[in-house]
Amino acid sequence: MPNTTLILLIILLPLAGFVMLGIYGRKFFRNTSGVIATSLLLLSTALAFYTAYGYFFKYGKTGGVYQKLVPLKYTWLQFSPGLSIDMGIIIDPISVMMLVVVTFVSLMVHVFSLGYMKGDERFPTYYAFLGLFTFSMLGLVVSSNIFQIYFFWELVGVSSFLLIGYHYDKPSAVAACKKAFIVTRFADVGFLIGILVLSYSSGTLDFNTLIATLTSPQTNEYKNAIAASFLGISALTWGLVLVFIGAAGKSAMFPLHIWLPDAMEGPTPVSALIHAATMVVAGVFLVARLFPVFAIVVPSALNLVAYVGAFSALFAAVIACTQTDIKRVLAYSTMSQIGYMMFALGVSKYGGENGLGYTASMFHLFTHAMFKALLFLGAGAVIHFVHSNEMKDMGGLRKLMPITHLTFLIGCLAIAGVPPFAGFFSKEEILLAAYQHNQSIYWIALIISALTAFYMFRLYFQIFWNKEHHPHGEHHGEGGLSMMMPLVLLAIGAAVAGFIPFGHFVSSDGTRLDTGFHLQFSIAPVALCLAGIFIAMRLYKKQNAMPQKLAASLKGFYKAAYHKFYIDEVYHFITKKIIFNLIGRPAAWFDKYIVDGLVNATGNGTEDFSATIKKFQSGKVQSYAIYFLAGAIGLALLFIYIWK
Amino acid sequence: MIQPGLYHILFISAALFFIGVYGFFTRRNLVTMLMSVELILNSVNLNFIAFNKYLWFDKMDGLFFSIFIIAIAAAEAAVAIAIIINLYRSHKSIDVEQAEELRY
Repeated sequence: MPNTTLILLIILLPLAGFVMLGIYGRKFFRNTSGVIATSLLLLSTALAFYTAYGYFFKYGKTGGVYQKLVPLKYTWLQFSPGLSIDMGIIIDPISVMMLVVVTFVSLMVHVFSLGYMKGDERFPTYYAFLGLFTFSMLGLVVSSNIFQIYFFWELVGVSSFLLIGYHYDKPSAVAACKKAFIVTRFADVGFLIGILVLSYSSGTLDFNTLIATLTSPQTNEYKNAIAASFLGISALTWGLVLVFIGAAGKSAMFPLHIWLPDAMEGPTPVSALIHAATMVVAGVFLVARLFPVFAIVVPSALNLVAYVGAFSALFAAVIACTQTDIKRVLAYSTMSQIGYMMFALGVSKYGGENGLGYTASMFHLFTHAMFKALLFLGAGAVIHFVHSNEMKDMGGLRKLMPITHLTFLIGCLAIAGVPPFAGFFSKEEILLAAYQHNQSIYWIALIISALTAFYMFRLYFQIFWNKEHHPHGEHHGEGGLSMMMPLVLLAIGAAVAGFIPFGHFVSSDGTRLDTGFHLQFSIAPVALCLAGIFIAMRLYKKQNAMPQKLAASLKGFYKAAYHKFYIDEVYHFITKKIIFNLIGRPAAWFDKYIVDGLVNATGNGTEDFSATIKKFQSGKVQSYAIYFLAGAIGLALLFIYIWK
Repeated sequence: MIQPGLYHILFISAALFFIGVYGFFTRRNLVTMLMSVELILNSVNLNFIAFNKYLWFDKMDGLFFSIFIIAIAAAEAAVAIAIIINLYRSHKSIDVEQAEELRY
């Protein structure tokens, strides 16, 4: 059986780091805070690997099926016998996989930051925030209760807000963190309503019970949830769609993706942590957590997931081809890859061979965490070297930063899907799943994989080749060991993670799924991806006029993509022009003149009235006595003559 | 010799009451005003006793009430005189019109 204490320790060690560094960091641990946080997380990571080993190889299986174990469940708020908010731990293949991914990537980021953030004014605070973020993410993945996941979901939102806005003296960072927080909060409202709908229809908040109730057609809850409808769509579908809106907000799916590129204002290791490996996959994780309900009961909601995912993936890939800020390219590439994971879930069915998409999605999540963290950290190393995010300031860095160059190349090959790197295997499975269940999405996915290869190698050639001469000429060399070691470790991960027989461990129903390697099938994607790399090489390996010409020939389209298809402007228009003018201003007017007016009128009336009657208090005792006597006589007359 | 009846006594009481009220309204000296208040209180005492004697002569309630009122009047006089002395100390005067600022 799983060791509850150890699993609790995995989650609580980062929290301990947060509390310690948050309270005492600036006083006592100015220089040692990085080492403290990193060693705590190292312990946490080791425990996570140990737990994963134990679960996958020792006690996880019963009769060939991986079980959902709940080693800890503490009832916290009980509303009725079935309905309670619990704090618990659920141990199943995806949560164990996520524990490993989150702790490992977070550890790499911690180590990398030792070099990257060295000498920063608020070094302890930075590590405290990293600890909080890691804690919330770990808490999220092991949540056994849908309300518990919501708590940690919000905690993730808060800590990402803190990390994105880390450079709080930079107005753009402040704007970006507010944007990230508001957009994800907006989506979380959907999630909350979704939780209420689901828990109302199933009568429980516990994941295992909820899934069991809603997927068995005999139960009354199931019948009621299907029968109850709003606008012609059943309550259950509404619930799932609303939950998906929350997931889409966190995972930056169209049209709630606008916060992700701006969130690159945070320190680069933070981008690696939040936007590569952990926070943005929370949405995918949530859909995967509720996958049986999606897949068995409401395939229409799952279709929505598939199409939103596919569209976001394509949309982001096109934008990524035109951006010039390297972190933004990576941000859009993240969005595109998350889209991959989403539609892989979307095309999947529940159980057995049909659950390939589920496995593929989780597999891609796993490999993506490796290579995207690698790419972000590599980009961080480059930015650390040239002190700029813009591609035009880079070029010809391959000789100056050989290790970064090599690891970045591995990352690019992995994300482009070149065999035998990790991305190839997971993408292959996703494409296969799409091919089996939804042909139109398969064709979109093929186009995206070519685009992915193109924009990643555009980035690669622009940074490391292109101009031979480095304009800055400052040769302080690559970062120290703390910055190179994570790159190397992640590069190893990105190179070999694909060989893990993932289907043996993670599948939609816990059974063993053999994912074969299909030679004929992989010809098309690999050929397309090589074509993408080749075009990028022709355009960007040497400095030439071709990219400008190409951009000029695609004039309107290029411009639209460069401006991110004006989505920000659309939001701006909707919020500023429509919501402000049509709702905000009348509401402000109403508040100012009606609500405030009523309050002021009450005050003014009281004031006038008291000004009138205050003359009675003259201090002349005898006039008081006259009033009193007059009153007494008046009452006497009243009782004697009128009331009798 | 005419035996005094209820109405005689009530008449005296009413006269006493209005003399007191008149004194209270017209005098500016606080001590005089206090004396006027005593007149009013005693007119009430007289009423109690008269009603007790002529209407419920087998009961003692009116007598007790007047004893209470005498006790309370004594206490009230003590308090009032203390206030007047303090006023005199601060204002060098016991004119009620000098005490107008007490309203604040």
